[in-house]
Amino acid sequence: MELHLNNIGHKYNNLDVLKEISFSIRQGEIACIIGPSGCGKSTLLRIMGGLETATCGDVYISGEIPSNTINPLTFVFQDFALLPWRSVEANISLVLEDHPIPTVQRKEIIDSVLARTKLSDFKKALPKQLSGGMKQRVAIARALAVNPAFMLLDEPLSALDSQTRELLMSDLIDLWQRENFTACYVTHNLNEAVRLGHKIIVLSRRPGTIRRIVEIPIPLEERHNHLAELEYSQQVLWNLMRDEALAADRELSNAD
Amino acid sequence: MQTKKSKQLKLFENLAKKSLREPEVQVKRPIRFRGGGFVIKPMPWVPPLVFTALIAFWEVGSRSGFISNLVLPAPSEAAQAFIDLAHSGLLIKHVKASLYRLVVGWTIGSLLGVTFGMLIGLFSIARASLFPLVSAIFPIPKIALLPLFVIWFGIGEGSKIATILFGSFFPVVIASYGGVQNVDRNLIRMGQSFNLSWFSIVRKIILPGALPAILSGFRISASIAIILLVAAEMIGAEYGIGAYVLTAGSLFATDQLIAGVAMLSILGLIVSWLIGKAEKALLRWRS
Repeated sequence: MELHLNNIGHKYNNLDVLKEISFSIRQGEIACIIGPSGCGKSTLLRIMGGLETATCGDVYISGEIPSNTINPLTFVFQDFALLPWRSVEANISLVLEDHPIPTVQRKEIIDSVLARTKLSDFKKALPKQLSGGMKQRVAIARALAVNPAFMLLDEPLSALDSQTRELLMSDLIDLWQRENFTACYVTHNLNEAVRLGHKIIVLSRRPGTIRRIVEIPIPLEERHNHLAELEYSQQVLWNLMRDEALAADRELSNAD
Repeated sequence: MQTKKSKQLKLFENLAKKSLREPEVQVKRPIRFRGGGFVIKPMPWVPPLVFTALIAFWEVGSRSGFISNLVLPAPSEAAQAFIDLAHSGLLIKHVKASLYRLVVGWTIGSLLGVTFGMLIGLFSIARASLFPLVSAIFPIPKIALLPLFVIWFGIGEGSKIATILFGSFFPVVIASYGGVQNVDRNLIRMGQSFNLSWFSIVRKIILPGALPAILSGFRISASIAIILLVAAEMIGAEYGIGAYVLTAGSLFATDQLIAGVAMLSILGLIVSWLIGKAEKALLRWRS
């Protein structure tokens, strides 16, 4: 499944948030969107996932959606968005309950995604008992349960400490190798972008436009052997963003 | 340049000598703790102690004549009145009548309250039309409407239940509406992103999310229901704790009055304890 954006523009109360954004994400590719805070990158992701409608332009998908997919476009949120009153198991069950899946099969799916995210021992735990990293693992397990054709990750690691982030990042790489999903990954962390992105879309400050699309041709699983190149790419990205980030920072302080 | 350097050197030498001459005694000063206070600790033995002390003081005061019997009857007299009431067999009748009105009025009022609160929280048209209405009627003392209720619902149980029903309805509406509004928008967005049906989102995300607020609404409405019970039993009630208190009041039988008021207070405590239990059971997930 591929996703295409064609000349997307978005306004909030006549304030331009996004402008003239066009790009495509190919099958099996992870595209990272980076940009200074307030540049509308999360808005763009929500537009891609149908949670918001763009003021102009269109988003469409092409290619075949696998028949076993329950929810083709699936989000992973920064704040995990787990229901605090439901156990790990029941949180995953939530997204399957509205579909005509026999109970036995539903249990199988839950067990399988919990095993894949190394959560089998925490089936009955409530979210409040879990650490941030564990909560995000549950959210990822929930996303996997619906067999997504396309994952929309909205700063999934931003609420976590750096050690947990490192662990989850390598988990995500393992997962991608196994499941080979297509994804759009929004982050403000350049390191995450160069570690996980096949292609990195750099947005300018508000109104967000594409400054550049940087492709990183090193396969994800080999990136830990190419730290120097990654460091270089990261530097290139930072040079692209620094002035924008500085300006965006100043802009925020006198906004409203 | 030369002099500056030598001057600096000298200064260092002096310092070195000084430290050699008088090895400074390192006084160890402990860091004063200043992070205390502002923490409420549970003291389970205090409440019974306060109650007992107060009642003992009152009893002693009454017996010694320090508190005039006209002003306040002794707790033992109130207890005697209560025992008499129990012996006469009327206690059960009073309590039964009151509990019936309370349970029926409060249950219907609260359930309607949750329903209306959810409607106001979920639908723009309900919010636009009902919320101003609720805000307008909420502050009216329901006691003032009692004569109207008598005309509308009859002098029997109807008007009494209606008073309690109306009284408990409004706080629950406001609490439920607030609860729905405060449900984490991200959770709703999550539900939408997984294509959950509208009904599923309401039942599985919004309703449980609003539950803490709904339960505190219940707590308020239950107290209001007990307050209104006395008012509701003012008119044409033969039995009921409220009727008992009112009769005692008009006869200046202050011992019976105190006994009746104590019953209402205990009723309130029981209800509050029950809601506390419900909160503990239903809101285990809160951190």
